[in-house]
Amino acid sequence: MSEIAKYDAIVIGGGHNGLVNAAYLAKSGLKTVVLERRHLVGGAAITEELLPGFQFTTFSYAISLLRPDIVHDLELVKHGMMVLPMPTTFAPMENGDYLQFGADDYFNYHQIARHSRKDAEAYADYSHMMGQVCQLLKPLLSDIPPNILSDEPEEVARKARLAAHLGGADGKVLTMLTRLLTGSAAEILDDYFESDIIKGFLSSSGIIGTKVGPRSQGSGLVLLFHSLGEIDGTFGEWGFHKRGNGGFTQTVARAAQAFGAEIRLNTAVSQLITRNGQAVGVALENGDELYANTIVSALDPRRTFLQLADPRELPSDLVTNIEKFKFQGTSAKVNFALNGLPTYPALPNRTDMYRGFINIGPSMDYLERAFDDAKYGTFSKRPYLDCCIQSMIDPDMTPPGKHIMSCFVQYAPYKLKDSDWETERENLGDTVQKTFASFFPNFNDLILHREVVTPLDIERKVGLSEGNIFAGEFLTPQMYFFRPAAGWNQYRTPIKGYYQCGSGTHPGGCVMGAPGQLAARQILGDLQKK
Amino acid sequence: MIKRSPFHPRLVESNETMFWDNWVGYASPTQYQYSTVFEYFSARNAVALFDSSPLFKYRIKGADATRFLSGVLVRDVAKCPVGRAQYTIWCNDAGFVLEDGVLLHVAEDEYWLTAAEPNLKHFSDLVGRQQVEISDISEEYGILAVQGPHSLAVLRQLTKGVAGLRYFGLTETKIAKKPVVVSRTGFTGDLGYEIWVKRDDALAVWDALREVGQGYNLTLMGSRALSMARIEAGLLLIGVDFASARFAWVDAQRETPQELGLGWMLKGLAGDKRPFIGRTAIEHAISHNTARWQTVGLMLDPAVYEEIHNRQGIIAPKADMLYQDTLYVYSDDYNVNANSEYVGYVTSLLFSPLLKRHIAIAKIASGVAAAGARVFVEMEVLHRSQYFPAQITRLPFYNPARKTAVVE
Repeated sequence: MSEIAKYDAIVIGGGHNGLVNAAYLAKSGLKTVVLERRHLVGGAAITEELLPGFQFTTFSYAISLLRPDIVHDLELVKHGMMVLPMPTTFAPMENGDYLQFGADDYFNYHQIARHSRKDAEAYADYSHMMGQVCQLLKPLLSDIPPNILSDEPEEVARKARLAAHLGGADGKVLTMLTRLLTGSAAEILDDYFESDIIKGFLSSSGIIGTKVGPRSQGSGLVLLFHSLGEIDGTFGEWGFHKRGNGGFTQTVARAAQAFGAEIRLNTAVSQLITRNGQAVGVALENGDELYANTIVSALDPRRTFLQLADPRELPSDLVTNIEKFKFQGTSAKVNFALNGLPTYPALPNRTDMYRGFINIGPSMDYLERAFDDAKYGTFSKRPYLDCCIQSMIDPDMTPPGKHIMSCFVQYAPYKLKDSDWETERENLGDTVQKTFASFFPNFNDLILHREVVTPLDIERKVGLSEGNIFAGEFLTPQMYFFRPAAGWNQYRTPIKGYYQCGSGTHPGGCVMGAPGQLAARQILGDLQKK
Repeated sequence: MIKRSPFHPRLVESNETMFWDNWVGYASPTQYQYSTVFEYFSARNAVALFDSSPLFKYRIKGADATRFLSGVLVRDVAKCPVGRAQYTIWCNDAGFVLEDGVLLHVAEDEYWLTAAEPNLKHFSDLVGRQQVEISDISEEYGILAVQGPHSLAVLRQLTKGVAGLRYFGLTETKIAKKPVVVSRTGFTGDLGYEIWVKRDDALAVWDALREVGQGYNLTLMGSRALSMARIEAGLLLIGVDFASARFAWVDAQRETPQELGLGWMLKGLAGDKRPFIGRTAIEHAISHNTARWQTVGLMLDPAVYEEIHNRQGIIAPKADMLYQDTLYVYSDDYNVNANSEYVGYVTSLLFSPLLKRHIAIAKIASGVAAAGARVFVEMEVLHRSQYFPAQITRLPFYNPARKTAVVE
C-alpha cells in the first residue's frame, strides 16, 4: 500500500519538541504532520488518569526551562498554558529536623540560618553567582550552536560571536562557568557552604537524570543545567503546569493544530525513505508510506541515526559517535495516589510546606552512597527522591481531599547487575515507599495506588533509549558542539532533508522546547536558501 | 486604632506576613503568604477567598427606591429586577464620574449598594420628597468574595441556593445556618460569588467555607493578588485608574463615563427618557465627541522588553511586577526620536504570570487610541528612562468563558 505525497514536512514523534517543531513549521506555512506511535501525544510529558479522578504525571513532572519566546511565538497561553507557581521547598533531615524555603529571601535566610548563619549569607552569594552564569549562558539556549568542524564563513562568524560573547564576561563568572562545566557539584558547594543539609539539597540538582554522584566530575554541569530554567525571569525557579506536563503538551498540540499541523496518533514509523541521499518520506509500521521533502526526527540520536535511518547511508565516524553516545538511564518514577497528606513529625500541624518539591537528599554523603549502589549495578538501597504532592498546587489533579504524589527516584540504573527490571520493579517501589516513610511515618497508611516506572518502562513506553530522560546523558562531551556529534549539532543530518529536533540535540533535555524551535529555524532557513 | 472587619480574628491568625493595608480605615491584608502569585493563581486555578467588608454599604429602601436610584445612578435601574445585581456609576452635574459600585436589588422596594467612599450624605441630600430611606449598613454586614473556577463547587456544598445563579444574579440563602445574600459578582474577572453576611454570623460562614474549601485548595487572597486579577480583568480601581470627580481640583483629574471605557452603560440612553444627574452633560459629551481619552489596554512587546534590559547587562524584571502608579506614554522612543510626543499615561501595570506578558491599563489620547496602534511606555532602567513599545488592545486582557457561563 502506498499513499500519495501530500506533506511538506513530516515530524516523527509527538513529544514536546516534535510538537514545538511542527507548530513552527506549520506557522511558516508548511503542510506538516506529526506522527505519534502512541495513543496520545506528549512523549515523556504526559498525564494519565490511572485511577478514576487521579491524574498521574507518569514521567516528566515539572517545568522551568521552557523558552519564554516559544510561549509568545506559538501563542501557548491562548491554547491553555498555565504554569502554576511552586512557592515552597521542603527538605527533611535524618535527625528529624528540616530545611524549608519559601517565596521570600529573608524567610529563606532565617530558615538556612537555623543550620548555619554563614550558609544563610553564602546562599545569597551563591544564588547571585549562579544567576550571573545563567544570564551569560541564556542566549546560547536560543541560538543554533556553531559547527566546530566547519570553516564556512557562516560558521566562522558564529564561532567569533560565541568567543566575543564569552570574552566579554566577567572573569569570576567565567571561572565559575568553567568549574560548573568541568567539575563536581561538591567542589563548588564545599567552597560556599558548611552545613550538610544545604549542600545535600543544592547538590541534588547536580545529579538529576544523570549517572553521576555529587562528587563526580560532571555533576557541576547537571547542577548548572537545572539552574538555567526560569519562571517569569527568576532563574532556577520551577513551576507545575495545570494538569501536569501532559496538560502542557496538550496545549502545544492545540497550538500546532491551530497553525494547521495535522497530528496522527497510533502511527508508528519504521524507517526513513531516501532517494539519492535525499530524504523523501517515511515507511509506517502498518506498511503505509508518507512522503515529504523534509523529515524531522524528534526521537533520540540512537533511534534517529541507527534505527530510522540506514547507518550504511551515514559517514562511519558519525555512526561510531552515535554508537558511543552515552544513554545509561539511571532514573525511575514512583507515583502515589494518597488518601490524605503525610505528616512530618517536627511540623505536625502544618502542610503548607508541601506546595513544591519535597527533597529527600539530606546530605551529599546520602546522595553519594545512593550513587555507589548504581556504580555497582543495583538500585539505591536508600534512594534520592524528588517528590511533589501536585494536588496541593492544582486541585484538578485529584478528587477533593485526595492527593497525588510524584516521586522522581535515583539511582535506578538501566542495566542491573544480577537481576532485571521485571523482577525488581515492585522491590524498587517498596524501597521508595520505605524511604519516604522513614521521614513521614504515616505515609504507608495513606497509599491508595502506586505506579512504578523503571528505566526499562521509560524506554518501552516513551521510546527513550535505555530510559535516559534527557535523550542522551548530560556529559560535557555530549553537549553543545557535540550534541549529538561534532559537525552534526545543527539539527541537520548527512541525509539531505532529514533533520533532528529531539532533546538529544542542543540545548538538551527537560521540557524546554528549544531543540524543536531551533531545528525549525534551521529547516526554514535551509528551505529559503533553495 | 484601625477598624477591624467582622472577619478580623481569622485575618489575624491567617496573615503570616503581617502585611496590612489601611483600606478606608480598616485593617485589610495585603497578602497572607509570601507568594502573592500563589494567592493570585488560586482565583484562576482553584478558589480564592477575599474579605471585601471594608466597602461602604448602603440600604436604599422605600416605595420610591427604584425611582430615586434611576435619577442618581447612570445605569438604568429598570434593567435590574429583583434578584439581579448591576455594576454602576454615579456622576456629577458636569457628567464626570464620582464613583462606581455594585447595586443589589434584594426586594421590590429595597436595594443595597457598595461604594468605595462615604456616600450617605451624598445620596441622602438627593432624596427630596421621595419615599426613600437611605441607611448606612457598612458595619452591619461583612462581605466575602469567593472567586475562581472551583468557587461554585465549594459553595454548592454549603447551600443549594447558588446552583443556577446567573452572572450578576443574586439570591437569599443560608450558609452554616446563617442567612446570607449571595451574588454572582466579584473583582477578579473569573467565575465568582460574593456573600453578604451579618456581622455576628461572619465567622461561622468563614469557617464553613474554609472547611469545605480545603479539598479545593481554597486560598486566602490579599489586596495585592486581587489587584493582579482585576488588572487582567480590565476592572478599574478608584484612586488608581480614576479619581472621584468630587474631590478633584481641576478637570484634568476628572473623567467622563466614555473616557473610562464605560460608555456601554449608556447604550439605550436614547430610548430611556429618565432624567439622572449628569445626563445632559453626558449627552452633550457623546454628541460632540468630547472624550479627551480612551481607556485601553497596553501589551508590552516582550522581545524588546528583554532586549533593552539584557543590553544593559541585567535580567528583565517580570515576576511580582505590579505598578499602580502613573507611567507616561509617548508616540515613539524618545531616546532615538526627539519628536516623540506625549500621548497618555498608564494607571496600572502588571506582569501577568498567566498571560506571560506585561499588561497595562492606560488612558490614551482619543486620536491615537486605535486598537493595534503602537505606543511607547516610559520606565526607568538603571536610573534613566527607557521607552518600551506596546500595542494598544481592548480590555479585558483575560475573560474566561466560565465567568459568565450558565452553570448548574
